[in-house]
Amino acid sequence: MSRVSNQAARVLGMLRTMHVIREFEEAAGRAWHAGHVRGSVHQYVGQEAIAVGVCANLRPTDYISSNHRGHGHSIAKGADPVGMMKELFGRADGTCGGKGGSMHIADFSIGMLGANGVVADGATIAVGAAQAIKILRQDRVAVTFFGDGAINRGPLMESFNWAKIYNLPVLFVCEHNGYAATTRTADVTAGEGFVARARSFGIDGESVDGNDLLAVDAAAERLIARIRAGGGPAYLFATTYRHHPHNTRDTGNYRTQDEIDRWKQKDPIARTTAWLLSQGVAQEEITSIENEARALIERAFEAALVAPLPSPSAAYTDVQDVGAPQ
Amino acid sequence: MPIEVLMPALSPTMEKGNLAKWIKKEGERVKAGDVIAEIETDKATMEVEAVEEGTLGKILVPEGTEDVAVNTPIAMILAEGEDAAALKSNGKSAHAPAQSQPAEQQKAAESAPPAAQESAAKTARVPAAPKPAEAAPPEPQVQPEPEVPAGTEMVTMTVREALRDAMAEEMRRDDRVFIMGEEVGEYQGAYKVTQGLLQEFGPKRVVDTPITEHGFAGLGVGAAMAGLRPIVEFMTWNFAMQAIDHIINSAAKTLYMSGGQMQCPIVFRGPNGPAARVAAQHSQDYSAWYSHIPGLKVIAPYTAADAKGLLKAAIRDPNPIVFLENEILYGHSFPVPKLDDYVLPIGKARIARPGKDVTLVAWSMGMTYALKAAEELAKEDIDAEVIDLRTLRPMDTETIIASVKKTGRAVTVEEGWQQSGVGAEIAARIMERAFDWLDAPVLRVSGKDVPMPYAANLEKLALPSVAEVIEAVKAVCYR
Repeated sequence: MSRVSNQAARVLGMLRTMHVIREFEEAAGRAWHAGHVRGSVHQYVGQEAIAVGVCANLRPTDYISSNHRGHGHSIAKGADPVGMMKELFGRADGTCGGKGGSMHIADFSIGMLGANGVVADGATIAVGAAQAIKILRQDRVAVTFFGDGAINRGPLMESFNWAKIYNLPVLFVCEHNGYAATTRTADVTAGEGFVARARSFGIDGESVDGNDLLAVDAAAERLIARIRAGGGPAYLFATTYRHHPHNTRDTGNYRTQDEIDRWKQKDPIARTTAWLLSQGVAQEEITSIENEARALIERAFEAALVAPLPSPSAAYTDVQDVGAPQ
Repeated sequence: MPIEVLMPALSPTMEKGNLAKWIKKEGERVKAGDVIAEIETDKATMEVEAVEEGTLGKILVPEGTEDVAVNTPIAMILAEGEDAAALKSNGKSAHAPAQSQPAEQQKAAESAPPAAQESAAKTARVPAAPKPAEAAPPEPQVQPEPEVPAGTEMVTMTVREALRDAMAEEMRRDDRVFIMGEEVGEYQGAYKVTQGLLQEFGPKRVVDTPITEHGFAGLGVGAAMAGLRPIVEFMTWNFAMQAIDHIINSAAKTLYMSGGQMQCPIVFRGPNGPAARVAAQHSQDYSAWYSHIPGLKVIAPYTAADAKGLLKAAIRDPNPIVFLENEILYGHSFPVPKLDDYVLPIGKARIARPGKDVTLVAWSMGMTYALKAAEELAKEDIDAEVIDLRTLRPMDTETIIASVKKTGRAVTVEEGWQQSGVGAEIAARIMERAFDWLDAPVLRVSGKDVPMPYAANLEKLALPSVAEVIEAVKAVCYR
């Protein structure tokens, strides 16, 4: 790479991660339809700019918590996509030893406190982590990612309240893709929605176009800096769209093709690519990033296919910590 | 381990037949029940069904082969995670997978007492009966099972359709009945149980909720107190963990706390129990949890007829009801009597299979293991009686005790965990009321004492199996 700005170099790195996430999600979908992965897989395709733009402003020691659509958050925070793919395949050397699966991926080594199969439960966990950060006087922040489906859940309101009254270092990231599973969120939401809810607890923040990586990155940078400086909880409300149905079992027939096509015009990867080209980054460079990401995920897929199943004895381990009391 | 598909017999006397045609090709995915091949004799033709889900790994007998002996391996099915390399070229290496038994199960079998203790138990003095409480709670009044008139047409339908019909019939009968839950309306139900209800009854009586289990469970309780008859659907009972506060602290205690002034007629329903490959948070059995709670009635049907008759009864009942359905059973079909108003008694078990040697007690999905085991045991001359509890609270103890007094042995089957499980409760009741009739300790077959693992092989291990039921029965029969 030659003679592009520092910012373009940073954005190119983020584009690489977005491609890894997209390739991972498409491969996960293929693996589900081929029967290698079971349960249900919630793909993050179309929403990549949010995880990547936010996590680019986090340190390895910072915490995140996630939801059922959590693969993108894990990868953006630094989880190994090969281990994650093996986890989806239920293999011994998956991120969680094959015992968690898609909706329970957690990687404590990078501060990823877990995807979560219960809507909004990740928010309470992140606020609890933020409470610990404060009590332990650590220089960390906690970020929780959730969808607009979570904004009508009690635990989220409880999280807002707790985070505010204790002035905790936590960023609430609402990924507004318009649907609470298969139901239009607007149809089942009273009042003015997420931003008003957060504000009613005295929490403010920023609303951004979640498909605009630069906008997400800039807003996250400002908000996280403010949180680190002791400014207390904040929200980031990012409007986006998932290209795929709710999960691999869902036909998605409650959305019109026209709606999907309109949103695909605003694809975050295409927009980031266009911006980089306008900044003088060569097309070959972008193509090679894309190819690298595809090759990485193809290797992950192949590795997962031949990885060993957990030993039967693994069924009985880790039920309790049997080490010495601490 | 790959699974062998054997040449089946069309009749007990058939010794060989022709492999007419392969319907599935090598490498194709098959589900249990899929037709994979056709065989024929000079008398008839028959379809061969896959018994397990997997991939048709290798065809051992090509189509057009004549005079294939019965029980010859004709193909191999690969389970998930296995590839064709697992197959030796001659297919001989693959046997039915050895059942790996967790240590506890083996111990349970080993610890069965020698038969010599039998006579000692028989002659032991009967302990004094516990002193009755000052004021015992009234025994629940159980309505008799309705007569199904001879010649009644039986309609084959899935559990899913039976539940839908039950709700539709009750909503037509009583306009206070309404249903609410996530995706019950426009999406026709997360598992399509509410199919067509929005179209017939409109959005005022078929209400899509936001994702707020805690909130809408409480809202249902308020609506019931204020004179409505809510049916609250949980997308699965796993998500009702958020709502358990309202189910127990609000619904179950209202009548008692108000000194009998206020009723709470509400049905909480949805799929319960382990589902396939959705791991720990989405795959567990709440039978024991809710059947622990005074104030609730807890129903867990197995057949479509019971699902229909008991859901109608639940909607009419003046008490809060926890109605535990099963995701895997939704698609199973059963005969249902075609009657205008088929209502079954809550709190009455059903003898699904009469027998004399041992009593198997199960409900919901547990019935699939119990019935299959009974079938297998019959081949070894063990005649099992299978009781489908249907209602967990109030439990039909009489039917269990009467059966145990006949057989002298009992095994319970459940997908939930053993500690404080429903099986533990059944064993305790048998011990209290039929101790002198027992010829062996009651054994429990259950889900293993771990959260549900995701990996295919571990999940299978964590669930109860037909083999475990058979083993437990043999242990109590000292066979």
